[in-house]
Amino acid sequence: MKKVFSRPRSLKSTPFHYCAGCGHSIIHRVICEVIDELGIRGITIGVPPAGCAVVAYNYFDVDMLEAPHGRGCAVATGIKRTLPDRVVFSYQGDGDLAAIGTAETFHAANRGENITVIFINNAVYGMTGGQMAPTTLLGQASTTSPPGRNAILDGHPIRMSEILSNLEGTAYIERVAVNSAQNILRAKKAVKKAFQCQIDGAGFNMIEVLSQCPTNWKMNAVDACRWVDEVMSKTFPIGVIKDTVKGRKDAD
Amino acid sequence: MSDKILIAGNWAIGEAAIRAGCRFYAGYPITPQNELTEYMAENMRRAQGGTFIQAESEIAAVNMVLGASSAGARAMTSSSSPGISLKQEGISALAADELPAVIVNMMRGGPGLGNILPSQGDYFQATRGGGHGDYRTLVLAPASVQELADLTMDAFDLADKYRNPVMILGDGMTGQMMEPVEFGKPRPRRYNEKYILKGAGDGKSKFVRALILDALRMEEHNWKLVRKYRVIEQNEVRFETYKTGNARLIIIAYGIAARIAKGAINRLRDSGMKVGLIRPITLWPFPAQIIRDTAERIDRFLVFEMSTGQMIDDVKLALEGRGHVSFYGRPGGVVPTPAELAKAIIQEYRRVLA
Ligand SMILES: Cc1ncc(C[n+]2csc(CCOP(=O)(O)OP(=O)(O)O)c2C)c(N)n1
Ligand code: SF4
Ligand SMILES: [Mg+2]
Repeated sequence: MKKVFSRPRSLKSTPFHYCAGCGHSIIHRVICEVIDELGIRGITIGVPPAGCAVVAYNYFDVDMLEAPHGRGCAVATGIKRTLPDRVVFSYQGDGDLAAIGTAETFHAANRGENITVIFINNAVYGMTGGQMAPTTLLGQASTTSPPGRNAILDGHPIRMSEILSNLEGTAYIERVAVNSAQNILRAKKAVKKAFQCQIDGAGFNMIEVLSQCPTNWKMNAVDACRWVDEVMSKTFPIGVIKDTVKGRKDAD
Repeated sequence: MSDKILIAGNWAIGEAAIRAGCRFYAGYPITPQNELTEYMAENMRRAQGGTFIQAESEIAAVNMVLGASSAGARAMTSSSSPGISLKQEGISALAADELPAVIVNMMRGGPGLGNILPSQGDYFQATRGGGHGDYRTLVLAPASVQELADLTMDAFDLADKYRNPVMILGDGMTGQMMEPVEFGKPRPRRYNEKYILKGAGDGKSKFVRALILDALRMEEHNWKLVRKYRVIEQNEVRFETYKTGNARLIIIAYGIAARIAKGAINRLRDSGMKVGLIRPITLWPFPAQIIRDTAERIDRFLVFEMSTGQMIDDVKLALEGRGHVSFYGRPGGVVPTPAELAKAIIQEYRRVLA
């Protein structure tokens, strides 16, 4: 019988600890499928964050070095500059990448570090229990913005992808979602293109993933998927934000 | 032909590091150590496979070093006091991950922004780990440009041997003074490949992490580190004694302060006063045993630091109540002359030994 679906080689068989309906587990699998398809498992080094994905090394079957909270892009820079022929990616949440690690992210992008950044935007601090993130939407309630985020007191949601796209060093940035089969397929295409972009030496590339956090959004998994389409993507529109490698041969 | 050249301390560190095989340097400008960052900018990219990055902050720099070290590079970062405070997150991570790295601190006056003058106010921070958690860094305290060069080379070997961050604790003065230096021959690197992350190849993947959620496993990691620290304490203590043989009063000082103390002692010896010096070269592990042993014969000690008194705590711990310890300190960037220090020593000498 022909096998049509199996666990990617780069994904360990450890069961995920993520909540039911969480976007992290979907995007883990997507990344692992891409690593397999590009045949780069043996030369890939990942940098997981502090955040819900802190034990990503229990799932990814590639070499990994955990970064202190927010420092993924600096740590990945150190690895990539030392081993330029390896494929290096960081995996970072929105608090990690767009609050405590803003400087490291911004400057790695500006230097055009040839790394891939997987940026998990779930509009909340998942791991620490649902506090306001830099990406929390206006009006969205969190444990530290209980009445809903107030622009005057709490500031505005940050669109990191758009901001980084203004830097000369960035080659390819796309925002995707993993809330439907169709979006997951598009996300995979984008992740694959990002890794290919790194392999081709194009420079800093980042895939922002709108990622469901049903637990802290206080929704069931189905409603969380719907919320990504109906609410979240209004502030964070999905699609290609910057692509300087358009002309190149596509990864698939 | 001898390799002797006249060189400033900060450059000597850079040159020694590159000769020792350091191939990754990231730093952020701060006085009084800019000459080192600039030396690396000038020379690191000429070395084969060498990387120099002017980082966006000291936090970024040390985290780049974390990544480079895990990927197998001999890696270094440098700064001065305020910047070293920012590096503590990364130093703690390096210690937890058991990764080698060399961190240079050319101390300046503090607390806060303080000033840019030579000082020794970061002793506690350096010798107690400095960042959060139960860990130690080896701390080397050079007193001359030659020693800066020698200890820099040793620092890389020690970092590899114990898979632990090593700090070179200098000050603005040792960094900026010029002296003749002869660079030693670097030893071949001995670092087990199995600790390097370079992609799993066809084999099993590895990970390096500091997060250990289970209490008992975290506890075991802590004890494992302690066992390593005990070995370091046994094997790596370094110190110098100077004219202690017939001394009646012993000065204890490190780094530039020890250099000033030698000048003072030479003057006092000329006028017949029996004063000697113990100079810790490793501040952690601290040379407690020589101080204890010396106290069998001599019971008067004067600790001299360019701070309000930090190493004196380690001296007292070493003495365990034996002997009498007094203190002369000049914090805030004041560098006393040997004559000034001699005056303070004479006072003490007369007071206790008259
Ligand atoms: C220096 C430091 N500050 C705070 C924390 C606590 N902390 C851990 S993860 C996290 C935020 C996680 O949010 P995010 O990056 O959005 O990831 P998510 O869990 O949502 O995937 C925080 C604040 C930490 N580990 N280190
Ligand atoms: S808290 Fe949210 S982000 Fe974290 S595992 Fe649960 S659903 Fe996922
Ligand atoms: Mg988040």
